Amino acid sequence: MRLKYAKKLTGLSIILICFLLMTACSDEGASGTSEGNSKDDLTITFRSGGGTNEGLVDWLNKNIIPQFNEKYPDVNVNLSPLEVSEGDYFAKVSLLLQSENTAPDIVTEDTFILNSDANAGYLEPITDRVKEWDEWGSFTENVKAGVIAEDGEIYGVPYNTDSRGLWYNKELLKEAGVSVPWKPKNWEDIISAATAVKENLPKDVVPLWMNSGKATGEATSMQTFEMLLYGTGDPLYNKDTKKWIVESDGLLSSFKFIDTIYEKDLGPELSKVLNGQASTIAYQQLMPKGKLAIGLDGIWQTGTWREGGPTPWPESSEVLGFAPMPTQNGQEPGTTSMSGGWAFSIPSKSNNKDLAWEFIKMASTKENNLKLQLKDRNLTPREDVAKEEKYQEMDFFEQASSFLENTHFRPAVDKYPNVSTVIQTLVERVVTDTITPEQAVEQYKKEVTSIVGKDKVTER
Amino acid sequence: MYRSIFFLLPSWILLLIFFVGPILLTFYFSFTNLALTGAQAQSTEFIGFQNFVTMFQDPGFRISVLRTIVFLFLSAIIGQQVLGFLLAILMKGKNTTFRRTIGIIIIAGWVTPEIVVAFCWVAFLSDNGTLNMLLNSIGLESVAWLFTFPMISVCIANIWHGTAFSMMIFQASLDDVPKTVEEAAIIDGASKFQLLFRIILPMVKGSIVTNMILVTLQTLGVFTLIYTMTGGGPGNSTQTLPIFMYNQAFVNYQLGYGTAISLVLLVIGIIASLFYIRSMKVQI
Repeated sequence: MRLKYAKKLTGLSIILICFLLMTACSDEGASGTSEGNSKDDLTITFRSGGGTNEGLVDWLNKNIIPQFNEKYPDVNVNLSPLEVSEGDYFAKVSLLLQSENTAPDIVTEDTFILNSDANAGYLEPITDRVKEWDEWGSFTENVKAGVIAEDGEIYGVPYNTDSRGLWYNKELLKEAGVSVPWKPKNWEDIISAATAVKENLPKDVVPLWMNSGKATGEATSMQTFEMLLYGTGDPLYNKDTKKWIVESDGLLSSFKFIDTIYEKDLGPELSKVLNGQASTIAYQQLMPKGKLAIGLDGIWQTGTWREGGPTPWPESSEVLGFAPMPTQNGQEPGTTSMSGGWAFSIPSKSNNKDLAWEFIKMASTKENNLKLQLKDRNLTPREDVAKEEKYQEMDFFEQASSFLENTHFRPAVDKYPNVSTVIQTLVERVVTDTITPEQAVEQYKKEVTSIVGKDKVTER
Repeated sequence: MYRSIFFLLPSWILLLIFFVGPILLTFYFSFTNLALTGAQAQSTEFIGFQNFVTMFQDPGFRISVLRTIVFLFLSAIIGQQVLGFLLAILMKGKNTTFRRTIGIIIIAGWVTPEIVVAFCWVAFLSDNGTLNMLLNSIGLESVAWLFTFPMISVCIANIWHGTAFSMMIFQASLDDVPKTVEEAAIIDGASKFQLLFRIILPMVKGSIVTNMILVTLQTLGVFTLIYTMTGGGPGNSTQTLPIFMYNQAFVNYQLGYGTAISLVLLVIGIIASLFYIRSMKVQI
């Protein structure tokens, strides 16, 4: 009797283990698998945390997916957004792309990480597909550069680009005694305008807002530090010698500028600027309420204020100005900007690459790209869209496009994302007064050298 | 004999796959340059002790160890352990209704998920939070608590969250102290102080050590609370080892380095546990 019971129990245990192992290793629930389905699935992954990319989602749902389904009625297009902060998005995407079971069929890639993801083997080269596509010629050359990895292959089709400058509230600057339209000639002009705001306006008006913490991730590196650094004439990376510049006057000056802003109390309270919601606080709360005088940020902020955006603010076109960022001492060419942008890429572990490519081609036509920019308020990567009247009529787009003349791109090399996190940490430590600008430069040299290797660094 | 092995087999297999396996993998990855993205994600190499060499030269690591020790000392040892013990002593011998009411309030903190605890404390301590509202209502100026006193803030949140656990352990062991022994001591003329230090504490020494180990290991692993409240900042003032590990693995994309840090965290946990056991001279 007892033996019989034991046998039953053993049998049950073995079945249970088999079941557990099967569940653990099964394919079920994975996206993009087409086997056994009457319909093909096409999954698109993008970031949607904190109201980001509302325009993109709207455009996909209302414009692209219906068009695509007309041509391919048997395809199910699934949106699979990642509701995370910017920094977490890249880590999550890297994890998703590692397995066939989780990889989507299309992923939106920031051009700064595209090269790293391509090197990791996560993305499918589409050079051959692009060559046969007659629309590729309409894309702006320097934007195309952002999707070509170190191996010379193309890994994505850009759907937007951007430029950065100084948003300013005309009324506040006027009240503070700064002449409007404001066109700062050098960094000193920015400091004096901010000082005027601080001295002449109520205490709750923030004179100057720059992303300054680790929590704002790449925005701190690009919108703040690199906007300053590239205005000194010293880049991050020497493209000719393929070496990182780890010691230069520009590095020190950039850290010093940031330090000055906070030393002189011209920036926002640290508790507001050092958290992940910094951008929301600045451009959705303070600026529309007239509590922020100057903000160093990108053109996409107009998407925040457009009708139907997160914080509709129709008066923004009257109240605000968008000035180009001056070089450090006003040296040639006088202004500077940084550009990036996003692209549609096909993961190498996608199960539906051909369909994904058809989708990307359809989404990237002239008409469709124009529709996206009208909703999302970013700069277009297509030359023909840039000439469209509707596009040119959007508020501030004329200025933002003109900034592209003197714009710079981040180094398209494998280690940039790591160097970028070093910059973010150091900027935050300078801002919180943990280290001096001189110490920041010293640490930058040390940490970047250990990331990229001694043979890949140089001084200037 | 064979039958018992047979019965244990399923749990052994499960343990090997889901417990021992990941530990061995972590051990292996900590000696590689495994990365989340970039060329190293594709061609991972064995790099020996390089991760550990980098770690011990990294000022960020040293700072994180220091922050971890401070966090551990303030929130686990002083906070949860001592406060938990005091609460248990205060509640000893009180009537059931009193014990239940206080008990439920304290346990509410413990049963609340860590992420909810973090959000509650953010809501309480943030710039426009409840605490500042209260201060303003009596005419005082607001304080940016999470930025002016970040370490104290996360410690208080952790104490609030974890004290109930210690309290319950101590309550159970204090109830086990025979009443006759206490009464005998009182008749012999022992003061309350002597009663506590000479009679009660030695008798509950075992529970103290067990609790110390549990609370320490739990606090060493606290991630959600700190990450949500301060993100390890401002600067690196609340960057404990788990936060440092996460940043290296998922923000700097250095998974190999991240796993090496997790291994060190494990070693610290083991050393701390052994230290408690040895110093209190108890057998677990």
